[in-house]
Amino acid sequence: MSKAKDVLLDPIFNKNPIGLQILGICSALAVTSKLETVLVMCLAVIFVLAGSNVSVSLIRRQVPDSIRIIVEITIIATLVIIVDQFLKAFAFGVSKQLSVFVGLIITNCIVLGRAEAFAMKNSPGMSLLDGIGNGLGYSVVLLLVGFFRELLGAGKLLGFTILPSTNDGGWYLPNGLMLLPPSAFFIIGLLIWALRSWKTEQVEEEN
Amino acid sequence: MLEHYLSLLMKAIFVENMALAFFLGMCTFLAVSKKVDTAIGLGVAVIVVQTITVPVNNLIYQYLLKEDALIWLGIEGTDLTFIGLICYIGVIAAMVQILEMVLDRYVPALYNALGIFLPLITVNCAILGGSLFMVERDYNFSESVVFGLGSGIGWALALTALAGIREKMKYADVPVGLRGLGLTFMITGLMAMAFMAFSGIQL
Repeated sequence: MSKAKDVLLDPIFNKNPIGLQILGICSALAVTSKLETVLVMCLAVIFVLAGSNVSVSLIRRQVPDSIRIIVEITIIATLVIIVDQFLKAFAFGVSKQLSVFVGLIITNCIVLGRAEAFAMKNSPGMSLLDGIGNGLGYSVVLLLVGFFRELLGAGKLLGFTILPSTNDGGWYLPNGLMLLPPSAFFIIGLLIWALRSWKTEQVEEEN
Repeated sequence: MLEHYLSLLMKAIFVENMALAFFLGMCTFLAVSKKVDTAIGLGVAVIVVQTITVPVNNLIYQYLLKEDALIWLGIEGTDLTFIGLICYIGVIAAMVQILEMVLDRYVPALYNALGIFLPLITVNCAILGGSLFMVERDYNFSESVVFGLGSGIGWALALTALAGIREKMKYADVPVGLRGLGLTFMITGLMAMAFMAFSGIQL
């Protein structure tokens, strides 16, 4: 039982996909300026990651090594199309805001990386936990970034006003930088710094 | 007419830089930017793949997937856009494979220099992102050629610039927890801010 717990919880802080493995930064930074889009993106990634891990794990003994990448990509692309169509049908506004970034989950290296590194070698149950765990690790970072960007940039969270801004007669002067793309880099950089000060074994050696 | 294409090219390279304005291809961007030499090699490969795949995907979109696109076959009322993603990634994977074989046969020096990075281009989001933006913005064929070339150059430029900065940063005294990845994020953020100065430029 403890192994299952490790598989599920390790990726959240100890082996965070963004902070340590440098996976999956690609498709997500641009969606973090609002908490709402972040939530949708995180759910989509967790779904795709868990689904692809289980499917890859189920067929891992049947698929020849030489064609495994293309099989994995096809599975992932199929799952992403399901998510994309689902969002277009039930959450059209969010789907428009995310624009191409839903499709880009296909090339999100977390998904392919976990399929290759974990699902090819482990049972479906463990792979499901690993998929959910890595999805959560990814979500924690994204949610933190989204939280700071929306709160400091607009004084709102999920569209509700937390800090009344000066434009609306309040006292908070919004920090415009937080709404601009580069701020995501600074926040993630600071998060990694904080994480590595807390868990010092993750510090990179000077080379 | 020429001005339209020139402005599209400049926009794709600087204003809407794939790496610094849309954060595409970040994994490779952060992992391969340690040395200027490898960065240039990868940059060239990305330019080539991007310039080929965006127009090819444009043709596929225009003549196979778009609503009523099969009209030239005499079939009406089709809409295959939902399988777009699978087609685009398939084209990209195939193109990278072909490029790999061609380079291996005719330009072995470049092939050896690129090594593992060539197959990895398949999962570079900048490439798929280019094709998806092309579809979203409804470019025609010649526009997609220009856009593919421009976005490839823009990405390569950003990668080489970051590699140059990181080579210099080796001599800096950085707080322990910030070394490596953390600092690279900060540098990329500053570069992205610098590139924002280009926004709003009209040719």
